[in-house]
Amino acid sequence: MATNVTLFSAWRRVLKRELILAYRQRNDIITPLIFFIIVISLFPLGVGPEPEMLRTIAPGVIWVAALLATLLSLSRLFSNELHDGTLEQLLLSPQPASVLVSAKIFSHWLTTGLPLVFISPLLAISLDMPFNAVIYTTLTLLLGTPILSLIGAVGAALTLGLRGGGVLLALLILPLYIPVLILATGAIIATSNAFPADAQLSLLGAYLIVAAIFAPWISSYSLRISLD
Amino acid sequence: MLQANALAAERGGQQLFSDISFQLEAGALLHVSGNNGSGKTTLLRMLSGLTLPAEGEIVWQDQSIESNRDDFNKDLLYIGHRHGMHSDLSAIENLALSCRQVSHRAVIFSALEEVGLGHDCDKPLRLLSQGQQRRVALARLLLEPSKLWVLDEPLAALDVAAVEWFSQQLIQHLENDGMAIITTHQEARFISHVSINVVLS
Repeated sequence: MATNVTLFSAWRRVLKRELILAYRQRNDIITPLIFFIIVISLFPLGVGPEPEMLRTIAPGVIWVAALLATLLSLSRLFSNELHDGTLEQLLLSPQPASVLVSAKIFSHWLTTGLPLVFISPLLAISLDMPFNAVIYTTLTLLLGTPILSLIGAVGAALTLGLRGGGVLLALLILPLYIPVLILATGAIIATSNAFPADAQLSLLGAYLIVAAIFAPWISSYSLRISLD
Repeated sequence: MLQANALAAERGGQQLFSDISFQLEAGALLHVSGNNGSGKTTLLRMLSGLTLPAEGEIVWQDQSIESNRDDFNKDLLYIGHRHGMHSDLSAIENLALSCRQVSHRAVIFSALEEVGLGHDCDKPLRLLSQGQQRRVALARLLLEPSKLWVLDEPLAALDVAAVEWFSQQLIQHLENDGMAIITTHQEARFISHVSINVVLS
């Protein structure tokens, strides 16, 4: 009657479930994107519309806004699942929990990080970035936002169910986001000054690989502790 | 065979229970009773591997469940206080996207029909009543053949007909050499099949 679910098919089932849920809860999903757009468009109002100034601060503004937008979305990553008991069921699945958690993280990136990547060229142009820098802004976001989701998942798992978890999450996660911020903005600034940015991009890629290997595993372990 | 050796639990520095030992053979039903706050849910979560015992060990088929989690999870069906279903997904979606079994849509539908949810199987779960949501969770008993059932208050919010249906399923499960661990405050037919009683005080 019923047959076992293979590891890959379980991964796909979790991803599909997450994407359907994201679609049904799309108001929550769109919040980080709106936040990202609003924060970036506030800067010209605050610091004045001189193109020279905007061009200088643009990489930092876009990337800090991306960090905060991701942070905003993280508390939701596991909290609904905690309350309806599906997180317990995830940990009791016959498949390794880390693999299933990685599907959740991937879906978080698809619904939070990827929209930021798509909208970023428009925002970069609005801050008067040169063409090269626009490309690199998008490229660094494409490499960097998965890192934000991966590391963020560890923080979300660790602070799950704690009172005041939101502040703790920021304190825990932002220091780990700093290397991403430095490397990404460094790469954008280097290209706008016509220097090569290969070193920063390679390091960003290395950080992504390390995070992709360890973060799902650490998150699932943290979830076990949080649910204990 | 499920074996518990001298289990103890603590919460907030206070001992909830200690020295709980038992052996559950195939076809046996374990009933955990005790007052509110005596640690029934904690014991059940411990037996399903969600909570680590403060002391003692749980052994499934001669292996500690901690060291052999994925294999133990294959044999385990745990339904807790929380239904373990996404409230924004329908009953069909919840069961069809489970990581525990691959069932044809028709099989899932007939299971839902059996628990009395044929009509509402496409509605998001949050639109259903507590009792109906509980029935969806219990439909897993039909879809996921597992040796060990760990059920925390499965009868909460169920009506008389559903309680009777559940008793039938449980007795059949035991006759097929299944094992079950259950807590309940309600009277039901399966109580006469209880082979071990653990009373927490």
